[in-house]
Parts: sequence; C-alpha cells; structure tokens
Amino acid sequence: MPMENDLLPADSSSGRPAIAAPTQSHLKTYFLIAIMVIAGPLGNVLLGKGMKEIGQPQLWPLAGLWHTALHIFATPSIWLGIGSLLVFFIANLLALTGADYSFVLPASSLAYGVVALLSYLILGEHISALRCSGIALICIGVLVVGRSNPKTTAIEVPL
Amino acid sequence: MITQFILFSLIVLAGTGGELCVSRAMKRVGEARSFHPADIARVILQAIRIPWMWCGVALMAVAFFALLGALSVYAVSFVVPVTALSYGAGALGGKFFLHERVSRARWIGVCFVVAGVILVFLGKQS
Repeated sequence: MPMENDLLPADSSSGRPAIAAPTQSHLKTYFLIAIMVIAGPLGNVLLGKGMKEIGQPQLWPLAGLWHTALHIFATPSIWLGIGSLLVFFIANLLALTGADYSFVLPASSLAYGVVALLSYLILGEHISALRCSGIALICIGVLVVGRSNPKTTAIEVPL
Repeated sequence: MITQFILFSLIVLAGTGGELCVSRAMKRVGEARSFHPADIARVILQAIRIPWMWCGVALMAVAFFALLGALSVYAVSFVVPVTALSYGAGALGGKFFLHERVSRARWIGVCFVVAGVILVFLGKQS
C-alpha cells in the first residue's frame, strides 16, 4: 500500500514532495497540449498533401508496392508531416507522464477543429456546414468522455 | 466501400490498441521532470525498454500506413474526424474485453462522437 507521499512528485533538490508548486506542472501540461493541438493536425494535413501528390497507392503486384513506398518516402511533405506527428507523439508522451489520460484526452479534442481549419487554409478543402456540425459534435463527445469517471472498476490491472 | 471499411477499421482498432499499450508503458516510466534534452532522452530510453512500448509502436505503425492509404483517397477533414470512432472502439473494448463498467456519461460522450462521425459521413455525400 503506497504512503501518501509516494503519490506526489519528489523535489529533487530537497527530497520533499513538490506539493507546493502545482502551477508549474499545470503550465507544463497546458504547453504540451497546445503543442499537441497544433502539431497533430498540421502533421495530418501535410501527410494528406503529400499523399494527394502521389495519388492512389498501388499495393499489388509487389513491384508496384515498392514503387509506391519509394514515392512516399521521396515526398518532402510526407517527411514534414512525419516530423510534425513525431513532435505530437513526444508531446503526448510527456503530457501523459504528468497528467491523467482522462485530462489529456478531452483537452486534445480541439485538434479536430484545428484539422478542419488547416485543411481549409492549406489544402483549400471545402468544409460543408454538415461536416462542421459533425466535428463540433465529436469535440463535445470527446469532452464528455474525458469528464466521465476515469476509474470504474475496483480491481487494479497489474502493469 | 470495402476498402473504406478496411482502412478505417485498421486506423481505429490498431490506433486504439497502440495508444493503450503506449499509455501502459508510460505509466511505468513515471513523470518527466523537465524539458531538458537529457531528461527527455532518459524518459525515451526508459520507455523503449518496456515491451508494451514496442507493441504500441507496432500497432501505431499499422494504423499510420492505413491512415496514409486513406489520406491518398479522401479529404483530410473527412479522414481525421472519422478516426474519432476510436472512442467508441475504446468503450466497447473496455466493456467486452477488459470487463470494465463503462459509465453512462462515457456512453453519452461516445454517442455524441458517433453522431458527429455520421454527420461527417453525410457531409461527404452532400
């Protein structure tokens, strides 16, 4: 059974639990979420741009698949997209180490709105009113999921 | 239609499985103390020693290539919102696979997400 202090992050300089400075930790989390909300959608939009340049991928015969793979990895937009998604991935990992999944998840739901905005601005995609309403409903749904009780079972699953 | 179903199923199921595995691995690593490159490198090095991380990365790679396939055919503003179906997959997986009690509030949220995805699908037709 863990002691109360075991649940708090320790202050490395004094060895005491860092309970007096929650604001800095919160700011770090908000900053990471801001990076996630921008880098994730930007990565997807860049990947979309690159894949549209390539056209429909050929999966068969194997020579066609090889040709498609070469095409994909020779496209700069794809690499920029992968880089942007890598930034998103690292920010997500770091956010999850300091905040609950049930907090990070709804906060990052804004990404669905940002992806529509960037698709419109960068790719010139037409975003219909119906699609906008759908994206708004998805954001609301993710917010509701994130605000629900994150722990509903009594049994702890071992790591 | 079948291609669309396979691509989105792979994105949603492999993506959700990958995130669960990565999340499980990161809980073992613990909180990152700072943004110092040495600390970030320490966290990453610790994470890659955990098998769950590799399972997660493999599943996310499958989801990534399925995403590339979908992006080559459909609009980004269509593909990305549809991937939100992973919240539904997560809730169903929690209930039937992990035998969790999924709260009513969470089901309501999932219903909102599914309704949103249906609207996005309808928006594609219009």
